[in-house]
Amino acid sequence: MAVQTVATTSDSTVDLGPAAALSCRECGHRVPLGPVFACEECFGPLEIAYDFSAYDTEELRRRIEAGPASIWRYAPLLPVPADVAEKPNLNPGWTKLVKADNLARELGVTGGLYVKDDSGNPTHSFKDRVVAQALEAARAFGFTTLSCSSTGNLAGAVGAAAARAGFRSCVFIPHDLEQGKVVMAAVYGGELVGIEGNYDDVNRFCSELIGDPAGEGWGFVNVNLRPYYAEGSKTLAYEICEQLGWRLPDQIVIPIASGSQLTKIDKGLQELIKLGLVEDRPYKIFGAQAEGCSPVSTAFKAGHDVVRPQKPDTIAKSLAIGNPADGPYVLDVARRTGGAVEDVTDPEIVDAIRLLARTEGIFAETAGGVTVGVTRKLLEAGVLDPAKTTVVLNTGDGLKTLDAVAGTGLTATIRPTLDSFREAGLA
Amino acid sequence: MSVTVRIPTILRTYTGGQAEVPAEGGTLGEVIADLEKNHTGIAARVLDDQGKLRRFVNVYVNDDDVRFEQGLDTATPDGAGISIIPAVAGG
Repeated sequence: MAVQTVATTSDSTVDLGPAAALSCRECGHRVPLGPVFACEECFGPLEIAYDFSAYDTEELRRRIEAGPASIWRYAPLLPVPADVAEKPNLNPGWTKLVKADNLARELGVTGGLYVKDDSGNPTHSFKDRVVAQALEAARAFGFTTLSCSSTGNLAGAVGAAAARAGFRSCVFIPHDLEQGKVVMAAVYGGELVGIEGNYDDVNRFCSELIGDPAGEGWGFVNVNLRPYYAEGSKTLAYEICEQLGWRLPDQIVIPIASGSQLTKIDKGLQELIKLGLVEDRPYKIFGAQAEGCSPVSTAFKAGHDVVRPQKPDTIAKSLAIGNPADGPYVLDVARRTGGAVEDVTDPEIVDAIRLLARTEGIFAETAGGVTVGVTRKLLEAGVLDPAKTTVVLNTGDGLKTLDAVAGTGLTATIRPTLDSFREAGLA
Repeated sequence: MSVTVRIPTILRTYTGGQAEVPAEGGTLGEVIADLEKNHTGIAARVLDDQGKLRRFVNVYVNDDDVRFEQGLDTATPDGAGISIIPAVAGG
């Protein structure tokens, strides 16, 4: 396999818009923008530090509202150059916020229930949002190969983004993923490598590859480009608030895999408050896991600050990260906002997929079943307030995880006659 | 016990740029103490003020995450491969 030789050193002159530096979330140590992800002082995660000081609130609001129907309407708040929308990329985002009145009636929600349906992205999951950020960072740092460790959705998003942008892609997945995700990742023509192990094994492999000459010059979207990549999830927060009429929801239910999405949605909401784009009022963030991979909800319920890794065993494979990198920060967010973290069983996930499909015509992948299932469980427990505006995330398309609802099929098979139709009790 | 320790990029300033270094010790704790003797300063990057593994460091002895084993007391058999990896990847 040919190795690309490219510039990988930090460069303070790179143009990534308002991104000013990388800052350690743990100890605050700052380094210049570059393809690095862990703090050299304490191993903590590096995050983007921005300079938003020049923005006037109303001018920014007008600029966003006049922007493209994609995440790039929020380019002034992301680590991307100002002309990002003109570069070849998948232009993801601006997905539907569905007012789910039928589901609300079924669940007894009176304060307004919405589904943020990210199955509408180009590769049918929220991953297009994060990959789009990583792609711009990869361009800025001179990479020409995109890579990642993936539970499936990310593999497809990286493959498609690389194809559009003219990059090579080589991505790594657990060897036993759902067939739909394998096909949707492979079809874009990049290299797709199955690793004999679970996602945490794949992730470990990629982390080692990045420090080896064999991985030199590769932009791993969720490893050495992770600080940039993760910022893409902020756009979910921006869109939800803008689609609600520049208003914070009261409650948001978010799936947890690594926990990055949940923590970045919180970061996005905080930015909107600080920028004056939404009124500063309390909101609660709730995390959702599958019982078969529930390290964060286990820690939350036990009152722990430390997340003990688990060996995943669940049909919700896109959430099957047993050692979630941002788990401790999820606990911080849930506790700070007065939210919670809960989990549901595999049968409850399947029931929830069917419930959402039956009530709203939205076919969610297993991760969406997890959020809807947890929403139902938290409402029944009185933890979620039914009188509050609530947003539930569906992060992927059910066509990717058909096996989960494999028992669903024909109501009847009949001859092409009216008699047969009546005999089958369908009249 | 003689083991080989794989060093992540951000700690290679302590090993003269080497990606793998040899070390001695019957437990992970002993191996880290031995690393510190030969590569001064490296232990403080891996361990916190209480002498525990930092929460964003993953350590594997052969293929086993030491958090599923006995942490710093995990045995390090002769010839074992030990990997120190930043935990903030993935997702």
